[in-house]
Amino acid sequence: MEQFTGRVWVLGDDIDTDIIIPTEYLALKTIEDMKQYGFSPLRPELAGQIQPGDIIVAGKNFGCGSSREQAPEVVKALGIRCVIAKSFARIFFRNSINNGLLLIEQPDLHDHVKEGDTITVTVNQDVDHNGEKYPIASLPDNLVEILNAGGLVKAMQKRNGIHK
Amino acid sequence: MGMTIAEKIIALAAGVPEVKAGDIHTVNLDRMMSNDGTTHLTVDMYHNKLKHPHIADPKKMVFIVDHNVPSDSPKTAASQKKMRDFAREHNIDFWEGKGVCHQIMMENYVRPGELIFGADSHTCTYGALGAFGTGVGCTDLLYGMVTGTSWVLVPETVKFNLVGKLPEGVYPRDLMLTIIGEIGANGVNYQVMEFTGEGTKTLSVNDRMVLCNLAVEAGAKTAIFQADEIALEYLRERGREPKAVFESDPDAVYAREYTFDLSKIQPVAARPDFVDDVVPAKEVCGVRIDEAFLGSCNNGRIDDLRVGAKILKGHKVSDHVRFLVVPASQEVYLQAMKEGLIEIFMESGAIVMNPNCSVCWGSCQGVIGENEVLISTGTRNFKGRAGHPSSKVYLGSSATVTASAIKGEICTADQL
Repeated sequence: MEQFTGRVWVLGDDIDTDIIIPTEYLALKTIEDMKQYGFSPLRPELAGQIQPGDIIVAGKNFGCGSSREQAPEVVKALGIRCVIAKSFARIFFRNSINNGLLLIEQPDLHDHVKEGDTITVTVNQDVDHNGEKYPIASLPDNLVEILNAGGLVKAMQKRNGIHK
Repeated sequence: MGMTIAEKIIALAAGVPEVKAGDIHTVNLDRMMSNDGTTHLTVDMYHNKLKHPHIADPKKMVFIVDHNVPSDSPKTAASQKKMRDFAREHNIDFWEGKGVCHQIMMENYVRPGELIFGADSHTCTYGALGAFGTGVGCTDLLYGMVTGTSWVLVPETVKFNLVGKLPEGVYPRDLMLTIIGEIGANGVNYQVMEFTGEGTKTLSVNDRMVLCNLAVEAGAKTAIFQADEIALEYLRERGREPKAVFESDPDAVYAREYTFDLSKIQPVAARPDFVDDVVPAKEVCGVRIDEAFLGSCNNGRIDDLRVGAKILKGHKVSDHVRFLVVPASQEVYLQAMKEGLIEIFMESGAIVMNPNCSVCWGSCQGVIGENEVLISTGTRNFKGRAGHPSSKVYLGSSATVTASAIKGEICTADQL
């Protein structure tokens, strides 16, 4: 079973897509240009502090708001390994899978974890926080295929033997 | 087992006799809409990532430039050019400067019974005509454009039984904010809001659009009304026929039911920075404002301009307020001109803009500065949504917004 360990950043409820990437930066040419502004209305310093492999743990309704696909792309470009939240907004959920960003729903972890803590995720099984194990649901095979390929387009390319 | 309207539309699109909540189906999409918020990304993926790029059926596609109109920088000009060139090359219906995408879709395309994907979260608006419209990202849109299909997880339906009639001076906007305040910003996450009951007969298609449009702010996959005589009349006036007219079966399964008595609804406002932080409007009266916005896919229709103009007539916009009035489409704009509404707005000191998303999406027009306060009929009041991260957005009805523009502070029309 795939397993990874990461440092935690804790965010609250209703983290919307305008917080994840504000409208004014959407005109920038690439996601790499945009990512420094990730979460800037809420925590302007956060994008500079996130290290590859870090994990975001949030409250309910993460990703609510607009359908802008730049939101999950920015989270992924910042190096976030996965987002664990009490719940996700539906358009963001689908966009994240389509861009290869792993999302995990877990109702209790958020109430117990502190920023800077380290957690270990065993995919399709549980999240381990200081020995306390929080169960997580398993993902259907078709979503695993998309996530492992790095997104829907890449998964389709792989399935069709295209290298582009 | 009986089905809801939403389930019947998915079953038809999937070519199966029956679906139930939780099933995953491959569906044929009736229509796809994409705007200048993300179309350039879809076009880039189309050119760069596909081995055999093609479009399943260009007649199903509609491209609409509405987010930054006219373009405000060389960057947006370039991304809009990409979209325009692509639409022309592929014979895709292309609209520019004619209105907010959902208004254009309702005026010209949407038919009862259709399953429509839009690369915009407020695509749920189309339920006002008994269609299943839902917002997706640009990757899902690309997949739909290339294959003509997509997959959907059949959502549960939640019934909203509406009884009674809204009191004078209270609007569908107040009703929908009240509902969202009660159920919360993810109160119907991945569910369908079905509006039903005798109260729906008091609501025009324009009113129904207000309700359906904001459904995503409660997390809904979409919202829907039965296409009744009121909806069919709207279609007939525009020379369109329904794809299919469905009603929910008596034994259809609902996840939950709510009842709202329209006669009990009062003017409300959503406070910064959450759409579900809803309070009676009188609780926020007196908050000084810098800008007021009457427009958007939620409240930029002729009904809203009539309400605003009626309140504004004989008054002046406060000298410290910019009052932006933005008709949702050219059809609305022309109608407002014929009725003399534009004259009233301009003589009172409002700034009347061309149809577009304007400050609702906080990019090209009317962006607010540090610590400024906006009262808006736009769709969202997230932190920084309309400009600087320290600025604040309150949401209210056309009447409350217009009254506030006159007073220079938040104010309901009856207190003016």
